[in-house]
This record gives sequence, C-alpha cells and structure tokens, in this order.
Amino acid sequence: MLTLTCPYCGVAAEETELHPGGESHLKRFGPGSSDTDFEAYLFARKNPKGVHFERWRHLYGCGKWFLAARDTATLQVFGTYRAQTPTPPAEIVAAIQAARPHWQPDWDTSPPRNAEGDSAPGLGDDPAPNPTPARDSFA
Amino acid sequence: MSVMTPASDATPQHGATARRSGRYSVFAIVRQAMGLHAGWGRAWASPEPRRRYQVVVVGAGGHGLATAYYLGKNHGITDVAVIEKGWLGGGNTGRNTTIIRSNYLQDPSAAIYDKSLKLYETLSQDLNYNVMFSPRGLIMLAQTEHEMRGYRRTVHANHLQGVATRWIDAPELKRLVPIINIAGPRYPVLGGLYQERGGTARHDAVAWGYARACSDMGMHIIQNCEVTGIDTAGGRVRAVETGRGRIECDKLAIVVAGHSSALAGMAGFRLPIESVALQALVSEPIKPCLDVVVMANTVHGYLSQSDKGEMVIGGGTDGFNNYTQRGSWQHVEETVRALIETFPMLSRLKMLRQWGGIVDMTGDRSPILSATPVGNIFVNCGWGTGGFKAIPGSGWAMAELVARGTPGPLAAAFGMDRFAEGRFIDESVAAGVAH
Ligand SMILES: Cc1cc2nc3c(=O)[nH]c(=O)nc-3n(C[C@H](O)[C@H](O)[C@H](O)COP(=O)(O)OP(=O)(O)OC[C@H]3O[C@@H](n4cnc5c(N)ncnc54)[C@H](O)[C@@H]3O)c2cc1C
Ligand SMILES: [Zn+2]
Repeated sequence: MLTLTCPYCGVAAEETELHPGGESHLKRFGPGSSDTDFEAYLFARKNPKGVHFERWRHLYGCGKWFLAARDTATLQVFGTYRAQTPTPPAEIVAAIQAARPHWQPDWDTSPPRNAEGDSAPGLGDDPAPNPTPARDSFA
Repeated sequence: MSVMTPASDATPQHGATARRSGRYSVFAIVRQAMGLHAGWGRAWASPEPRRRYQVVVVGAGGHGLATAYYLGKNHGITDVAVIEKGWLGGGNTGRNTTIIRSNYLQDPSAAIYDKSLKLYETLSQDLNYNVMFSPRGLIMLAQTEHEMRGYRRTVHANHLQGVATRWIDAPELKRLVPIINIAGPRYPVLGGLYQERGGTARHDAVAWGYARACSDMGMHIIQNCEVTGIDTAGGRVRAVETGRGRIECDKLAIVVAGHSSALAGMAGFRLPIESVALQALVSEPIKPCLDVVVMANTVHGYLSQSDKGEMVIGGGTDGFNNYTQRGSWQHVEETVRALIETFPMLSRLKMLRQWGGIVDMTGDRSPILSATPVGNIFVNCGWGTGGFKAIPGSGWAMAELVARGTPGPLAAAFGMDRFAEGRFIDESVAAGVAH
C-alpha cells in the first residue's frame, strides 16, 4: 500500500488515510485569461509515466493538504513537502535525481528575478501596454 | 496517394470470401479433424514493417484494430499498419470485465454505444470469428432513492433515443437474479434499470477476430514494436520512430488508451486525460447461478458469470495517477465487501486471479474521437473504464474520421474542442463507476 509521510504532522499515513488531489503546481487562470489558458488550467494534465508531482490531503489525520513527488510507473515515493511552494524544493529534486540521474526539472530553477532579467512568460511583465488600441473585430 | 505496395498486398479483399487464413466453418472443422488439426493456418500474419503506409494506427487494442478494420471495410483503405508495443489485445482490451450495454443518458453517448451494440449483434458473422457475444441482459441496481430517480430518467431518455430499456421493480429483479439479497440492510435493492439486449462478449476474441480480418485485407499488424517518437514538420506528421525503425505515413491514428498522454506529448500537444488503475478479479468456477450482468454503482461493484463458471468482478478505480497494471488492495476489499452484502453466497468463494489495467479518464468521463493540433494526426481515447462495449462503434466512427479528415455524425460531439467550449458530454453522473 502506498505510504506518504505528512509534512505537517509527521505521520506516515497509508493510502486509506489520505485523499488524492491530482496534479500539483497548477497555475490558476481565471476570469480575464485566454480561453486556451483557462481550458489548460481546468483540463490539460501532464499525466506523466514517471516522475509526478501531486496534491494529497491527510484526510483522516490532521486534515492538511500537502504535496508529494512520486513515480507513477513504479510507485516509488521521492518525498513530500508543504503545499505553500510554487515549485518542488531542492531536496526533493535531489532525491529524485539520486534515483533517476537523467531526470531534469521542467520548470525554471534559476533564482527568480536575477540580474540578467527574468524572461518567464505570462507573468504580466510586459514592458508597457500596447499603445495601439485593439481593433474591434465586429466593426 | 502514390504508395508502393508489394505484389502480395496489392489486392485489397473485402468481405469474408477470400480469406488468407481460411474460412472458419463446421466444414472446416471436419476437414481439419481429418488432418488431426495440424493444418490450420495462422489467424494473422507477422510481417516485416514496410517503410511507408497510408495510415498508421498506434495501439492494437480493440479500438485500434476496429479502426483499421473499418478503414478497409467501409472506406477501401487497406494500406494500413497497426503498431503495437506488446501483443495485440494485451492492454485494457484483454483485461476488462466485458460488460456491453448502451443505456446511456446523453444522446451522443447513446448513439455511439448503441451503434456499437448493434455491430456486436452480428460481429461473429461479419468477422467469421466467434466473439461469443452473449446478450444475456444487464441490470443496474438502484440502491438509493436518488439512483432510482436517476435510472427512471435514463429509461425515459433511452425511449427518446430508441434504445429499449425498462425499469423493473425489486420482486421482478429477484426473479431474474435469484442469488441477490434485496433486503439490505445497508443498501436495499429498490429496483433496477434493465437492458435486455446488454450482455458480454469474449474480450480476446474481439481483438483476435478484428486482427484476423485486418490481416486478411492485407493490413500489417506489427507487434512487439513500440512507438518512441513522432516526427512532425509544419504542423503535420511525417513518420513515427519505432523499436523497428522509422515508419512513414500520410495519416496517424493514436489509439493507445492509458498511454495517450505519452503519445500526444511526442506529437507536441496535451490531452485532458489522466491515467489510473482499474482492477478486476475472478473467482473459482462454480455451477451456473447468474445469467444476467449485474452492476451496483452505489456500492461500486459489478458481477457476471463467465461461460467457464467464474464470477467476474470489478469495482472502482484508484484515485491517483498510476501506470502499474496492478491497483490498490483496498479497492479489492471495498468491492468484495460491497458485493457480498448484495450477493451473500459470494462470501464462500475463493478468488483465483486479480489484475489491473491503465484506464484513460477524461474531464467529463466521455471519450475523445478527434482531430488534433497536428493536421493529419487523429486521436481516439478517453474510453476510461467503459470502452470494451464501444469497440465496434468507436472503430466505425474513427475510421470515418481518419478517412475523411472530418468527423461523421457518431464522432462529431466527441471532439476535444468540447473542453474549451464547455460542451461536455457529462456521463459521470450516470456512469461514474467502472463499467
Ligand atoms: C479492469 C477493467 C475492467 C473493465 N471493464 C469494462 C467493462 O466491463 N465493459 C467495458 O465496456 N469496458 C471495460 N473496461 C474498459 C475497456 O477495457 C477499455 O475502455 C478498452 O479496452 C480500451 O481499448 P483500447 O483499444 O482503447 O485500449 P487497449 O486495449 O489498452 O489498447 C491500447 C494498446 O496500445 C498499446 N500501446 C501503448 N503505448 C504504445 C506505444 N508507445 N507504441 C505502440 N503501442 C502502444 C498498448 O500496448 C495497448 O495494447 C475495463 C477496463 C479495465 C482495466
Ligand atoms: Zn498530517
């Protein structure tokens, strides 16, 4: 049986004590976002065969949501960590790479907003709004 | 299409008249018996892959093979390869509990599942292969007031769709299923949704029958050959990379169930799919005691008796992504616990085998038959826990989509653009459980 250690209360909880919550680290796109982003946020999933990051809830324990790194092909658990992290922490990455030397993170691991300028797309970092007014396509 | 075909494959054969594998009949059995059954030909060929095909289908499960079959039979396209990483029918097609029904709530579902059921009714004759289709009837138990109302609604919907189903009360149900305990106590049986045309078929035989018919039409079924890459350029597929080299194609159909996300990833797009494990188990064989299929969705269990006498049992899926064909033990316990309340006599049975398959679940629990962001790639997936019953209808609709490039009436509602448009085909209420 799958056993995950809750990072909040420290209990090594069996699967029956937990509730699975699907892919973690999803960026929420809500009102005002593009249809494509909104659809992807709601439905498109990585669903990898291999290293996967997901949400779990310690339902019959402390009740907290936490995150886990797990291999979906072998069920090996690499570690669990708190839910308040935008990307998996370094020690989780190290634990994965100890077991899967060729595995590479698919997120930007460079320190945020460094001197060379952050080029992460989609974070509202457009230099200035486009001065040309948008054309009304119904006109 | 200027495709070179070796002489031996140049003449597509339609229908069952000139079978390379020989026509199966009672006379053939008698004739072969004279030769001590040493003369039976192979049911399908194991050819070397060619460099190029008009259509490449990835995945030799029921849906992939049926797609190929109807491409040949309905559209005259026989320059087709079906590429399979393991053995044909070794995925979910050979692991399911073979329930066949078409009593769905939503119209697009009823249309494609009922087309499928109608094709099943004559499939053994069409394929000249006994798929052991057994329309023994199917009952979905109502064990709560809500379920009772839900199934009555389904009966009405089915009448409008022209799918014959009816509501039966508890005494009639008890007559049809003598081994059932209708009294509860936790979940008394209040009645059921009965589809007399529903039933089961032999899962391997469905795959084998289609494979033989495809091979007879000159198509190539290439087993032990994993697709490891998809070569696209300018928004179109050019070839697939496989364990046995590069294979070019004009059109590519991806029909790989639980591995759909991986194949989509190779082609550079994502799908609204999550892969989870679904399990089944069978008991030791016992004398005939159950001649209908019974599904109990409230308690997550379903049951039929195979021709060999085994009780075939299935239940719910795991809740987390999983590519191991195993599944969690507590789901076995949960399923069995639920079923022995409703069928107390099961408590004395020994279970012989348990196994799992990787099922492909979509956001609205309905399948995807769709064009993709890559112009000449088409996907057929998302059948999840209930696609065995859909194999013939799905293959029919998919062949139409691949041949014409646009969906016909059966597939039209199942495009993946429905997730962007919010046009869901919400069967999760009616079919949230494995089936
Ligand atoms: C335990 C269980 C019980 C079920 N019970 C029922 C039921 O009672 N009734 C019902 O209607 N449905 C049921 N289902 C669902 C049904 O089995 C599936 O929906 C259906 O079989 C899917 O068929 P398929 O051809 O799409 O997939 P599969 O049969 O899984 O075929 C896909 C094939 O693709 C191959 N493949 C994957 N990746 C690659 C690659 N990279 N290269 C080449 N080949 C590849 C796989 O090896 C596999 O053979 C059940 C499923 C399970 C697991
Ligand atoms: Zn906890």
